[in-house]
Amino acid sequence: MQQAASAAATMGGPLGSHGGRARTARRSSNLGDRIFEGIVTAAGLLVLGLLGGIIVLLFIGGWPAFREFGFGFLWSAEWDSVREQFGAVISVYGTIVTSILAIVFAVPVAFGIAYYLTEIAPEVIRRPVGIAIELLAAVPSIIYGMWGLFVLAPFLAQYVQPPIQDWTMDIPILNELFGGPAFGIGIFTAALILAIMILPFIAATMRDVFMQVPAIYKESAYGLGATRWEVVRNVVFPYTRASVVGGIMLGLGRALGETMAVTFVIGNANAISPSLFATGNTIASVIALEFPEALQGSLKLSSLLALGFILFVISFIVLATSRYMLRPRLGN
Amino acid sequence: MAMSNDSPSVAVAADPGSTRSFGGVAARSRATLNEPRISCRNLDFFYGDNQALKGITLDFPDRQVTGMIGPSGCGKSTLLRVLNRMYSLYPGQRATGEVILDGENILSDKVDLNFLRSRVGMVFQKPTPFPMTIYENISFGVKLHEKLGKREMDERVEWSLRRAAIWDEAKDRLHTNAMGLSGGQQQRLCIARTIAVKPEVILFDEPTSALDPISTLKIEELIDELKRDFTIVIVTHNMQQAARCADQVAFFFLGELIEVSPAAELFTRPKHPKTQEYITGRFS
Repeated sequence: MQQAASAAATMGGPLGSHGGRARTARRSSNLGDRIFEGIVTAAGLLVLGLLGGIIVLLFIGGWPAFREFGFGFLWSAEWDSVREQFGAVISVYGTIVTSILAIVFAVPVAFGIAYYLTEIAPEVIRRPVGIAIELLAAVPSIIYGMWGLFVLAPFLAQYVQPPIQDWTMDIPILNELFGGPAFGIGIFTAALILAIMILPFIAATMRDVFMQVPAIYKESAYGLGATRWEVVRNVVFPYTRASVVGGIMLGLGRALGETMAVTFVIGNANAISPSLFATGNTIASVIALEFPEALQGSLKLSSLLALGFILFVISFIVLATSRYMLRPRLGN
Repeated sequence: MAMSNDSPSVAVAADPGSTRSFGGVAARSRATLNEPRISCRNLDFFYGDNQALKGITLDFPDRQVTGMIGPSGCGKSTLLRVLNRMYSLYPGQRATGEVILDGENILSDKVDLNFLRSRVGMVFQKPTPFPMTIYENISFGVKLHEKLGKREMDERVEWSLRRAAIWDEAKDRLHTNAMGLSGGQQQRLCIARTIAVKPEVILFDEPTSALDPISTLKIEELIDELKRDFTIVIVTHNMQQAARCADQVAFFFLGELIEVSPAAELFTRPKHPKTQEYITGRFS
């Protein structure tokens, strides 16, 4: 908005100051203006064209797989290149579980960061921490992948997973959830890496929406004797609920499609296991690994494109929901 | 500025049910001030390095209304925010000196701020209903401090809505969203919410600045009614309002307390030339 305002100011400036008679003659010929208008319109439409083109091409590319396997493609766990049998359920499961787990890990921390920055941090700390969060978003995902594989996974395998397994050994359900060999790599580690990667987006959105709550409302609750937590729960959350959910969906959208870092640490096994410590795969990791091996015109290539189409649709829905939740609201 | 013209209009609108009606400025000029409920002693206040209050020593009489007037930035709102320690929410703001409430210095670090704020309630410049039902708006504050059963809570809600003169308008819609009330109703709801906690002191920070004249009048009547039970401090930009509502008026200028006197006295026989200049509108 600030940019738009300053752009308007710079454009308005010269026109306003030179709007005299000398200009009228030249203004009658506005060919240049029309060319400019045409170029920017084309640039704007290009976005729509790209979006539509991608989704259409993915669908056309995946069509042979959809035709061959029908809706069964969505819930078949088969991924056999030799027998040419393909199904999406394992990678869809891996994608959704890692992303949701990432949200579960990231949201409480993001909330803590956002709340600290808006309510508690002294002015001198706010800016550096705020900038650090934004820089965290700028770290390339391959760096997270390498760090995850060489540092985080061995650390988890040695110091985190065994104790968790010891604690949960005799608790029904939980021993399934944390069972199996502690490799370090797997769904759990992938979710942890994803959580770190989406943290900045969620924290930054939450910080921005928390700042929009008028101080007078918070003071009204403090004025009744509410504690910080009571103010957050009863005033800040109700006012920002939709926007907070929107921010979380934004993070979820990013987690769904994240490829490199996940491919490094998820283990790339075509299996569904009740254990979070087990290896698995996601749509993005399957595509990244198998695409180079898929032959032109093969059913495998088509199945990969179909997977891409499914991922696109899921991400599209999540991000569209996020946009809707974060839309500027009138009133208030 | 004809102060005496203001009292009849208040008296006309007075609620016939309330026997303790609106004697107006004339009656109040005779009134003596009660024992102080809050006393400020040598109070200094700083926003960072900026001193906003300088050596304020001022008593707030028990169950009477103290009006605080003065030009913008004179420190009157700052003083209000000291009385419930609202400033403590913000790093870099600090007060020195003493503010005694019931024999205790509330500026001390040992004070339980949540408890203090249940004793010193506050009503703001704009109505600030929470995004919940009317009933929940009232019960919210009560629940922070007391555990009441359903019956007792119902009674408390009704009691506070009645005291805030909004029961008749709200009783059939207790469980609808409070945002649906008009501005004046919302402000009375906020007053009800404040008194539901049963404070000793109520701070009003320009409570009618966002309201129309009729709603303003209702709030002023309400303040006059509430001082039977509560010690009231009101910050206002409107000198007629101070004259109508207050028993005692304090005039602030540039962070200093210039003059404090019974209301009628301050407006008719100001002791300080600065007060004289302000109330005759020579600056604002």
